[in-house]
Parts: sequence; C-alpha cells; structure tokens
Amino acid sequence: MEITVTINGSDHASDVEPRTLLVDHIRRTVGLTGTHVGCDTTSCGACTVLMDGKPVKACTVLAAQADGSEVTTVEGLKTADGLHPVQQAFTDDHGLQCGFCTPGMMLVGASLIAENADPSDDEVRWAISGNLCRCTGYINIVKAIRTAAARVAESSNGS
Amino acid sequence: MFPARFDLVVAQSVGEAVEAKADAGEGGRFLAGGQSLIPMMKMRVAFPDTLIDINRIAGLGAIERANGHLQVGALARHAEVVASDATFGAIAAAAPWVADPLVRNRGTMCGSVAHCDPEGDWNSVLLATGADVVAQGPNGERSIPIAGFIDGAFTSTLGEDELVVGLRIPVPSGRSGGAYLKLERKVGDYATVAVASHLELDDSGAISAAGLALTSVNPINTKVADAEALLVGQQPSEELFAEAAELAAAAAEPRDDVRGSAAWKRQVVRTYTKRGLAAAAQQAEGS
Amino acid sequence: MAAPTTPAEIGGIGHSVQRKEDARLIEGQGNFLDDIDLPSTLHMAILRSPLAHARINGIDSSAATALDGVLAVVTGDLMDQHGLAWMPTLSGDTQAVLATDKVRYQGQEVAAVIATDPYIATDALEHIEVDYEELPPITTPQQSLEEGAALIRDEKEGQTDNLAYTWETGDQGATEEAFAQADRVVTLETHYPRSHPAPLETCGIVADVNSVTGQATIYMTSQAPHAHRTLFAMVAGLPEQNIRIVSPDIGGGFGNKVPIYPGYVVATAASLLIGQPVKWVESRTENLISTGFARDYYMKGELAVTDEGRILGLRVNMLSDQGAFYSDAQPTQFRAGLFHVVTGSYDFGAAHIDCKGAFTNKAPGGVAYRCSFRITEASYLIERLVQNAAYEVGIDPAEMRLRNFIQPEQFPYETATGFVYDSGDYPTALRTALDEVGYEDLRREQAEARAEGRLIGIGIAHFTEAVGAGPSRTYDIAGLKMIDSAELRVHPTGKAILKLGVKTQGQGHETTFAQIVAEVLGIPANDIKVEHGDTDHTPYGLGTYASRSTPVGGAATAVVARKLADKSKKIAAHLLEAADEDIELASGVFSVAGSPDRSVTIQDVALAAYTNLPEGMEYGLEDVTYYDPPNLTYPYGSYIVVVEVDPDTGVWQVQRMVALDDCGVRINPMIVEGQICGGLTEGFAMSAMQWITFDDDGNCIGANFMDYLVPTAWETPRFELLATEVPSPHHPIGAKGVGESATVGSPAAFVNAVIDALAHLGVRNIDMPVLPDRVWAAIDEAS
Repeated sequence: MEITVTINGSDHASDVEPRTLLVDHIRRTVGLTGTHVGCDTTSCGACTVLMDGKPVKACTVLAAQADGSEVTTVEGLKTADGLHPVQQAFTDDHGLQCGFCTPGMMLVGASLIAENADPSDDEVRWAISGNLCRCTGYINIVKAIRTAAARVAESSNGS
Repeated sequence: MFPARFDLVVAQSVGEAVEAKADAGEGGRFLAGGQSLIPMMKMRVAFPDTLIDINRIAGLGAIERANGHLQVGALARHAEVVASDATFGAIAAAAPWVADPLVRNRGTMCGSVAHCDPEGDWNSVLLATGADVVAQGPNGERSIPIAGFIDGAFTSTLGEDELVVGLRIPVPSGRSGGAYLKLERKVGDYATVAVASHLELDDSGAISAAGLALTSVNPINTKVADAEALLVGQQPSEELFAEAAELAAAAAEPRDDVRGSAAWKRQVVRTYTKRGLAAAAQQAEGS
Repeated sequence: MAAPTTPAEIGGIGHSVQRKEDARLIEGQGNFLDDIDLPSTLHMAILRSPLAHARINGIDSSAATALDGVLAVVTGDLMDQHGLAWMPTLSGDTQAVLATDKVRYQGQEVAAVIATDPYIATDALEHIEVDYEELPPITTPQQSLEEGAALIRDEKEGQTDNLAYTWETGDQGATEEAFAQADRVVTLETHYPRSHPAPLETCGIVADVNSVTGQATIYMTSQAPHAHRTLFAMVAGLPEQNIRIVSPDIGGGFGNKVPIYPGYVVATAASLLIGQPVKWVESRTENLISTGFARDYYMKGELAVTDEGRILGLRVNMLSDQGAFYSDAQPTQFRAGLFHVVTGSYDFGAAHIDCKGAFTNKAPGGVAYRCSFRITEASYLIERLVQNAAYEVGIDPAEMRLRNFIQPEQFPYETATGFVYDSGDYPTALRTALDEVGYEDLRREQAEARAEGRLIGIGIAHFTEAVGAGPSRTYDIAGLKMIDSAELRVHPTGKAILKLGVKTQGQGHETTFAQIVAEVLGIPANDIKVEHGDTDHTPYGLGTYASRSTPVGGAATAVVARKLADKSKKIAAHLLEAADEDIELASGVFSVAGSPDRSVTIQDVALAAYTNLPEGMEYGLEDVTYYDPPNLTYPYGSYIVVVEVDPDTGVWQVQRMVALDDCGVRINPMIVEGQICGGLTEGFAMSAMQWITFDDDGNCIGANFMDYLVPTAWETPRFELLATEVPSPHHPIGAKGVGESATVGSPAAFVNAVIDALAHLGVRNIDMPVLPDRVWAAIDEAS
C-alpha cells in the first residue's frame, strides 16, 4: 500500500506491505539505521522514535499506521544550530557506552524535557523506564538528560 | 521477528470498521494501539487475515465526565488517561502502572479491556468501580457491565462484529477513594498480583459502596463480592480491612509459577487488600 | 588518586577525556552489524527445535523451498556433505551446527532458510516439516548423573554417561587437616542460577564469500575477531589469509559474543555455496534460548573456622549444568575457569575444590558473562560463606573479614589454590567503605528497626578478582596463547594511529588506549586514532573479554609507545645535538637534562623521523608489540548494600549501595566509573530478577524480555562510588582491569544484605534471584 511518512522533516512516499513494521521501514526502505532493534516484545525501546512528537516503539507500529505522521529519528535530533542538547549532554556526561540504546534514550529525553523543563531524578528514571540499557546502569543517562534540561532552561532564561 | 502477511483495512468511521469486521469474519481483528496484538503477530502466535485499523476514526479519543460517568473513548491512550484530570480513585492510581511509558503512548485503555488478559490491569479496576463497556455493532450500540463482558482468559462476550467504542465508569457523587496496588517484577511487567480497591463513604463516614478486584491470581480478573458486601455499611477500620483481606485471599486461586508460590501470592493479595483499602479510605476521608 | 602527569590538552592517564567514539553514536551514525547492507544480500532465518530432546526421523523442506523468494533451505545433511554438521567448541567438545541425529535442547538449530528478504525467510520456517520422535528430557545436572539416565551425547565416541568433565584443585590432605582443627564448620549450599549476558544488540553475521577469488569477508558481532578468523580457518578449512573478519560497532558483548555460533557457520557456508552475501541477525528469543548462557553452578562450600573467627580452610564441591554441549569459553587448562580465586581476600592455608560438569537438555554456553571465567561464582561463594561464618561465630561480618584479610605486606601472596595475588590493601578498602556508609550507625538503626518489626539488612562483599588472562605459560584458547598486541605509527605531522588486537564493545578503547599513548609520548589523545576489529588491519590478538583489554592490550600499548619514546629520544638527541642519555621526555617535550630551554616537541621528532635522522637509524616512527603478561592482575573492592525487607510480602528495596573499587591506576576515571555502574547494575539484576530457568519438559522460561527480566532505570539502585589506588606492580602502567569487577563482586553484597535482614531469625541462605516469594518463605519458615 502507498504511504507517505514525514521523517525528520522530509516526506518519504513508498509502497509497503501492510505487515512492514515502522522500524524496518525506517531502517531498510528509508535507510536510516540509527534506529535499532533489540527485542521482539516491545520491551527494550532500542527502536524508539518520536511519532507526532511522542516516543513510541517503532517495532510495534506498522509502517502503514505512520502514514501521514511526522516521525523523528535520532538522525533528526541535530539541527542547523548543532547538536541537540541531549546529544551534547550524553557525550559530556558519559551517558553512553556501546551506543545501541542511545538513540532511544536520547529521543525519550528530548521528549521529556520538551514537556518538563526541570525533571527530577525520579521523573527521568520513570520516563526512560520503557527503554533498556545494559551498559551504563542508567546513572549517567539520567544525569545527561537532567544536564540537557538545565542547559535548555538556562539558555531560554538568558534569551 | 516479523508478522505473517495480512490485509489491512483503514477504517474512517465506526460503521466502516464494524462492516469490515463482519466481512473479515473470524480472521479479522481490530487494531488500535496494537501493543499486545503486534508482538503476538511477530511471535507468530496470532495470525489475523485482516486487520481493521481504527486509529483514523475521529471522535474516539475522549476522556471526559458526562452524565455522572467518566467516559473513555476507544482511542484514548493509556498515557492520556495518566495525564487526564477527569479520572479518579482507582483509575488514576492504576494508569501509571500499565505497561511502560512508551507503550502507554500507543496502547489504548479500551484495547486493553477488550483483550481480556487476566494479567491486565484495567479490568480489575473496572470491576472495582462498576464500569460498563460500550460496544457498537451493525445493530447499534449497547452497554455491557464489565462483569458480563469478561468471558474468560482472552475472551469476552463481545459479538464478532462488535467494536468496543468506549467505557462508562460511574463517578461517585460523594466522598470516595481508590487504590491500585500492583506487585510487578519490573516496569513493563504484567502484575504478579494486583488489587484494585474502591470505597465510597456516606455522611456518617460509613462505607456506602465498595469495590474490590484482583489481577493475575485467577483465570480471569476477579471481583471479590463477599468482601465488598462485608465492607458496605461499616465504618472503615484496620480490623474490617483485615477481614476483607481474608476474603480476598480466599477468593484468589493463584498458581505456583516462576513468579512465586501460590501461598505467597495469596499473602500478597491479603497484604495489598489491607493496604489498598486503607489507602482508599484515607483518600475518601480526605476528599 | 594520583594526579595526572600530563596537561588536560594532552589528556594522558588520569584525565576524564570525553569519548572519541561518541560522536558517531549520538548522531545515529554508528555502524552496527545489522546496519551493514551489501548489494544482493540474502537473509537467513533459522528453524529451531521446539523440543528439548528428540530424535529427528526426517526433514521435509520442499514446501519451504518452493516459496517465492526462497533460494535454499540448508539442513544438517547438506552441512554434513561439506563436513560442517559439527564444529569444535572452545572447551574441546563438539557441537552440532545443524542437527542431524537428535535435537538436544529447545532452540537448537535444525535448518536454515536463505531468502531474499527476512520476512520471507521467517515465513518459510513455517513450511518446513520435521518428524521428531520425542525423548525424555533431562533438565537438571543431578538427574543427568543418576544411574540409568538417558544418554544425551550418544553420538560421542567413548561417552557412556552424561559427565562433561571433572576438575579438582588444591590440597585435599592439608584441607582435611585444617577441618580437623576447626572449632566449627560453616556450610552453604547454593545455586548460582543460569543467566544470560543479553547485550542489547543480539548476535549476527554478514558473510560475503567470493566464490571466484575465495575471499571471505565476514562481518560479525565478535569480541575476538582474530581468534575467530583462526577458528574459521580451522573449522571451515578456508585459507586464513583469505578470511577477513570485521567486527563493527558492537552493541554490548559481556561474553555473549565470544563463542562461534552455528548460525555463523551456516551463513558462511550458504554464502560460499550461493555466491552472494548472507545476513543473519538473531531475534531476541534466539539470543536468549540458544547462545551462550552463563553460570548455572550448584555449589557446596564449607569453611573451617575457629571460635575466634579465624578461617583455617575451605572445601568446595560443585556441579555445573553445561547444557547439551561443553562449550565454556575459557582457557584450555581451566575446566572451571579461574574458580581458584574462591579463596577470596583471605589468608588461610588450605583449600580443596572438586567439580563435575554434567550434560543436560539445555542450551550450551558457559560464557564468562562480564566475568573472568567462573570468577563470579567463586567470589559469590566465599563472600556468602564468610558472612554466614560471622553469624555462626557471633562476630560482626565486617570484623570477620578484617580478622582474615591478607595483609598489605603479604603481597605477592600465594593462595591455597596457587594463584599469586600481585598487590592490595584490603583493610584500607573495607574500612573506607564502612566509614562512608556509616556502618556503626547503621547497625544501631538496624537494631532499633528490628525492635519495631522492620527488617533492615547490611550486606558486605569484599571481592578479589583475577583478570587479564594471561601468561603464555598457562593460558591459551584453542592452543593460541593469550597474549595481545598493539601497533603504533606516528606520522610526520605528529598524529598517530594505534591498532589493537582487542576489540571494544562499548568500553571506550578508542579513547583510553589513545590516552595511554598520550601519557607516554605526549601526543594529544585526540590526535591518536585507534583502530580495532578488522583482522586485515590490526595486529593479532585474542580479543576483549575477561577484563583483559587493559591488562594485556593496554600493557602492549604502553610498551609499544615506550619503544617509540626510546627511538624518539635518540632523534631528539640528534636534533638537540645532545647525548641520548641526557634527553628527558615529559608531556611531549624532549629536553636536555640541566638545560630545559633546549627542547624539541614530539611533533618535531615525528617530522624528523621521516626527514632528518641520525646516521644509521631506520626511517619511520612505528612499531608493534606482542605482550605476554607475567601474571594476572588482581582488582578488588569492598561493596556494602543496605536493604529494607517488607516482612508481609518479602519485597526488598535497596536503600544504599556503596562501592569501593581498586582497579589500580585509572586511565580515564569517567569511563572507569561508567564501567562500575554498569557492572553493579548487572550484579543487582542477577541477585534480584535476571535468570533463565526451565520447566520439567525443558522449555526455556526466559525466552524474551518479558520473561527474562533486565532491570530498567526504575528498579536500578543508585550507587555511591569510592576508590583506592594500589597499582599493579607488574603492569607497565599499574592498571588492573575493571570492566567486570562490579558484576563479580556485587551479587554477594545484595544477597548478603537480604540475609542480614533476616539473620536474627536464623536465615542463612536464599538462592538467587532473591525473589520476594523466596524471602517471604524464608521468613515464614524461620518464624
């Protein structure tokens, strides 16, 4: 079936099988491989993308369901102004090790700080509790998201 | 893992969806959030021939109070229930514990209710609060009390050509409180044991209405009617709740499994009933 | 901590340099296995046995082969025609690649579909008919070794029972004597359950064999690409120079990506036969049910102690559940890994360990899951035993340890099992951690809480690890000595390329190894590119696991950098017209002793190495080192956990976790702490929830992330980290390895904390995972 999905601001029209999962569409048809697959059961969140601004697990959404939607993947976080604050904070605070969960974690973080300018440690932990990390023990992920929030708040106060 | 092939019908109205379902027959399934169905299809334990996607139907996303009820539409996502100001008591208490934050962005409350997974949270909450499921078929709409809706594990009394279009949950008029205590092994896990409690108090502070239901400890979500009967008309007290907890523990028929022994699960039912009722009473007294 | 000797802009040892690998990973530009998309790639899906034990009477793949998009269905018979139906394991056994005779565990590989698309390959699996004749499954090692148990390995010549191996170490006579002198014997029988490393990226391969040239380029999720190349050459009979293994960005390994799995062999054979690239990426279920599990040791430990709390001796009897094939990934001479370290941090004279392994109808594995070969099990046993001994003798568990520690002046210290610990200051470590946690106050709070009916527990583990395998006289894998290598070239502009035999899976080698070079030569770490993972472009090495990268590969890096420093000094002497022996090097500046104003930089020297040399010197600034470590290194730590247990439900919550680690010199403290936090989380996971079990039919329970429980940020405790720094005396930069310490040391601390909460009731053991129902049952039974 014919679908058009806006991914990171560009329209992608394609003919997909109804069963094509959004994550496979993004990775194999569109060719953006920053979105990963880590499980089959909607448990790990490695495939997280923002669909119309909300983080969802792209392995449990059909590509056809995203027809007409705005999807943001990790490749869409950076703008002309540079890295997104969560990207910068993840490297500054050592929020990643192997990097496999990182795109999903950063997208959840970006979505959280868009809604909550000053999330507490518990609020960040709660927000990322649909995403698994096997390397970091989460501490530095939480720290990075809070750092990003603080920097965003600081720059908007300053402007 | 990848799903087997199927046909997809994108319905634009409830009428269209119901008609497509009737056409598809036994091999048809409605697709709302898909957070249970799509993984089952990927694991190849579910093989629908036709999926009828209802996500594009307008007007099914409401969470609002009307006519003394909380009405939840078929496309209201769990996350929206979490965020809603219209909820109360046990509904508000349970919502954050359904699945995980990302699944809640996609999964729907009605879809979860219709799935009738005995380890699902919502049906216990609906049993405790005395809700109705609103279904629409070719012959129009009907309301089904939740106790009559749940038919067994993963089966409901919904007609093959009916779609759950909403839920109607009575909003208590007086002082009320509720709780949902869930023992889960980690975020995103189904309940090992969960207890939904709902209490309403009259002017004297006595319990005027009570709801108590259990998750994951019976073949279906289970209402503990004898405990509810015991509670009504009594003043809330630790002793009363302990007595109700014994009835709840007796109503539970858990199994030994990898999550724990039956004896322990029954003990958790007992503990969570006591604590849940106490929390509900406290909330009601403060309301 | 020692202060860094280089300025921040050079970023040598001791600087928390920001990671060089992050730039690509935070922009979604990593290159993981499944991201590799070669033209004409075919996709493989594997049909796996639904049964734990069954004879295969026939396989009909005709319907699958007939499907559109399916190129081939590979069965064991086809593999057998090429001599590839079986393959050797890393422990000297053989393992079925595709089953020809029987299936011996649920999830075993039976056939493989090669198709144009992964969805179609998966569809085709449903069209393969396998005629199974069910056989009784054996699901416990105890059952397996019973007289008359069905023979699992009936194909194996000379195998008449289900015994996989036996192993023993220590001095039995001396140990019996020690027990004869003891005032009491403290016994603990416990099961270290089966676990799985479950890196977030599953295992996979893209095999690209050119049927004309014979060149095999194999992209795979490999922690040990060089060793895998050699093993591929040996198993498949391919000429080694024609095999190039590329291990791309790896989404976590933790031991899971050390073995060679049947899927790799089948995909490579299929690519060879069809002449197109073949990709296979495991599903999560495949990963959990068929690839390298870890642990699964039934252990009985006995400690001989005096009434004063002195340990006299240790006796251990163990039975390991090996699954259907003995495929532990471990050094050849070590049948139960480095379990020798079970004597822990304590000074006593006698130990004896007796171990058996049994075949069962379960997946094979025995990988060192974030652990240096069975050290996790050993460390857990001794720390549980010592804690219990304290309760029995009636002294405080901290005091029990302090009374028995090996003292700083006793190093190097030879243990009763023959390991020579290189260094340590255990009393300082434990006292520092006790002070930080406020131990005495906590004990008071615990007593007060008990009086109110609340259950608080304080658990200690003081572990000692043995990592960095290892010295060539003792350590080899499949005959290959466990050395490792580094090759360093400094270019005319002063920028360098460092090539490694080890391979990162997230540990940050691209950063820390550059820092080692920066420390020695003074070239800024950011001017040093680190290459690894491609066997055609890096020197030989045994790979990254068992915390061996820094102890072995890191040592090689320091040594090769020193070789270049020596040559550089000679070049500097030439440039400065001074005597070689008068040249001093500090932070990249070569100066003449006594005349610090006469100096050149490493960049000057690098240019001179290609333009202006002393007579007779060979051009270039490049060298390679193969490092053979003289000993293992012995990191250690003191971990203290505080929990509160809900007596009504058995649910326990971590209140605090203080972790002191001594891993010697810390190259990049930020990365070291990151490793520790990750390891603590996995230790917590194993103690609380993360296990794989089986029902009586041999069905795996834990076959996906809904049943195999990996903690989220919500369950994971907060950690308070501390450090001491006793450098390894034999390592060139005094580092000891840290990637696994926390996973090794922490499970005992968590479990001891729960036991401690219930100790006054007489509770002495709850097996991991310490599930609430087990806690509640222990309370119920005790009271």
